[in-house]
Amino acid sequence: MNVPVTVNNKKPGAPETTRKQMEPLSPATVAGAPAPENAPARPTPSSEMAFDVNRLSGWFSGHQVLFDLNLQIQAKAVTAIIGPSGCGKSTFLRCLNRMHELVRAARLEGKILLFGDDVYGPNIDPTVVRRRVGMVFQKSNPFPTMTIAENVTVGLRLNGVRNRSILQERMEKALRMAALWDEVKDHLDRPGTSLSGGQQQRLCIARALAVQPEVLLMDEPASALDPIATMKIEELIQVLKKDYTIVIVTHNMQQAARCSDYTAFFYMGRLIEFDKTEKIFTNPSNKQTEDYVTGRFG
Amino acid sequence: MTVSPTYHTWRMVKSRIMSCVAFLFAMLAIAPLGLILFYLIRAGAGSLDLSFFTHLPKPVGEVGGGMANAIVGTLVLLGLAAMIGVPTGVLGGIYLSEYGTDNVNWWIRFGADILNGVPSIVWGIVAYTLVVIPMKGFSAYAGGVALGFMMIPLVIRTTEEVLLLVPNGYREAALALGISRWKITIQIIGKTALKGIVTGVLLALARVAGETAPLLFTAFGNRFWTHSLSDPIAALPLQIFTYAISPYDDWHRQAWAGALVLMLLTFTINIGVRALTRGKLAGVPK
Repeated sequence: MNVPVTVNNKKPGAPETTRKQMEPLSPATVAGAPAPENAPARPTPSSEMAFDVNRLSGWFSGHQVLFDLNLQIQAKAVTAIIGPSGCGKSTFLRCLNRMHELVRAARLEGKILLFGDDVYGPNIDPTVVRRRVGMVFQKSNPFPTMTIAENVTVGLRLNGVRNRSILQERMEKALRMAALWDEVKDHLDRPGTSLSGGQQQRLCIARALAVQPEVLLMDEPASALDPIATMKIEELIQVLKKDYTIVIVTHNMQQAARCSDYTAFFYMGRLIEFDKTEKIFTNPSNKQTEDYVTGRFG
Repeated sequence: MTVSPTYHTWRMVKSRIMSCVAFLFAMLAIAPLGLILFYLIRAGAGSLDLSFFTHLPKPVGEVGGGMANAIVGTLVLLGLAAMIGVPTGVLGGIYLSEYGTDNVNWWIRFGADILNGVPSIVWGIVAYTLVVIPMKGFSAYAGGVALGFMMIPLVIRTTEEVLLLVPNGYREAALALGISRWKITIQIIGKTALKGIVTGVLLALARVAGETAPLLFTAFGNRFWTHSLSDPIAALPLQIFTYAISPYDDWHRQAWAGALVLMLLTFTINIGVRALTRGKLAGVPK
């Protein structure tokens, strides 16, 4: 991978602890259960950048899908990525947690910093990046062999957490954060797939939250849901942004307008415009953006 | 456009005739199964009693005796075969579905398909060369190796197929949680496809349970109990073969009974497989 390596990629404002977090987490660290509100392990002042994307280009085999993207994603805010199908939204999202490289013959160039840490640095274990950057997919996918409770704790269990009380505590917390606890608390041992579509998607959100990521990527999380389930997910996003940085890919412009603070408009693999959501939807500086958000194409 | 009533009737008649013909041929296809079962039960059930399952074969001329050693021998051989065929086949299938690159996979699949078509007597020769000659004697080990080798390509292909049925979304979801690859493969993908993998293994066992040729000069057969796996061991198909070509009526009756037991064994395995896969296909959700 042609990632330019700089000796000191730490930004002046980046906290001292972040470098440590990129090292493989020992089970003990994971088990330590530092809750975001009472542990200063991941201080993310609201003015901080979660992602700093620098000259990012991506390919599938010889076909270029992302062209020289530069953008900074604000921590503890919701950033929406909009654009017509095939414009590279999802590919961009999957570059942020190193899922892009899993596709055969996929390649990328450029640099992505996550709270100052080089995501594609030479000694970085992608599984550690993925623990820091959780992901929710378009199609809800709770593991079919597991109960509701097991689905939530699977990320912890398979990363070495054995302590039952910690698992129990994290499970309840994640389900509460995902606004699912009250609906499932009496039948946690039912299969995860027994829930309704909207509930399954919130279960997947809880599963991602249980490993305590810093960022949550959402790839069209509500596109397969009915309006009421969609509304619940959107409400949830508003609650979650107090603790998490959220990047959401969506086809639905109303959704982007309703629930995001910043919006990036992608077209044909290029970042056309990136600004505060209000500005993008009321007074875009680019003609293409204006045409897209007003529904004239796409 | 309307169709004239006579034309309509003629079409109905044609449709009826075709359904009947198709049904007839379907019946013809499964008729051998019915005939075999019927004939085996008629010829074998009479000689099937408790002592058939509990006694050793009697010497020629003495009435009675059973095939207890052959029944146990077949189970022992299947156990040995499973110890070779199951880990190799399942891990090979996992490699094909989860890890391999297209190029390597093509060769492995090609190889497995060729191996599937290798005549069973050839597996006997392979085991003879690899085990019997170095050990200087026929043994249960040699029979187990021959049957185990036969199982490998069968298990590889079925394991691969059921693993590929597991939707990719689960792999991605697990990867996005920062879980390592091998844990995902075993704890999530493997568990999801477990029923299908077990089904494949059982079918492979049922398939090799009735093999005679690979055992002729490996397990060799034994008229008594085998106390060490490095000694020759009895097996149902071998015993049936020996008894069937003998000149004694009593042995012929015993051979029929043995064939019935062997048939019931594979029948039971197949019914077990049906029970496992009832409902959802191999336990994999759509």
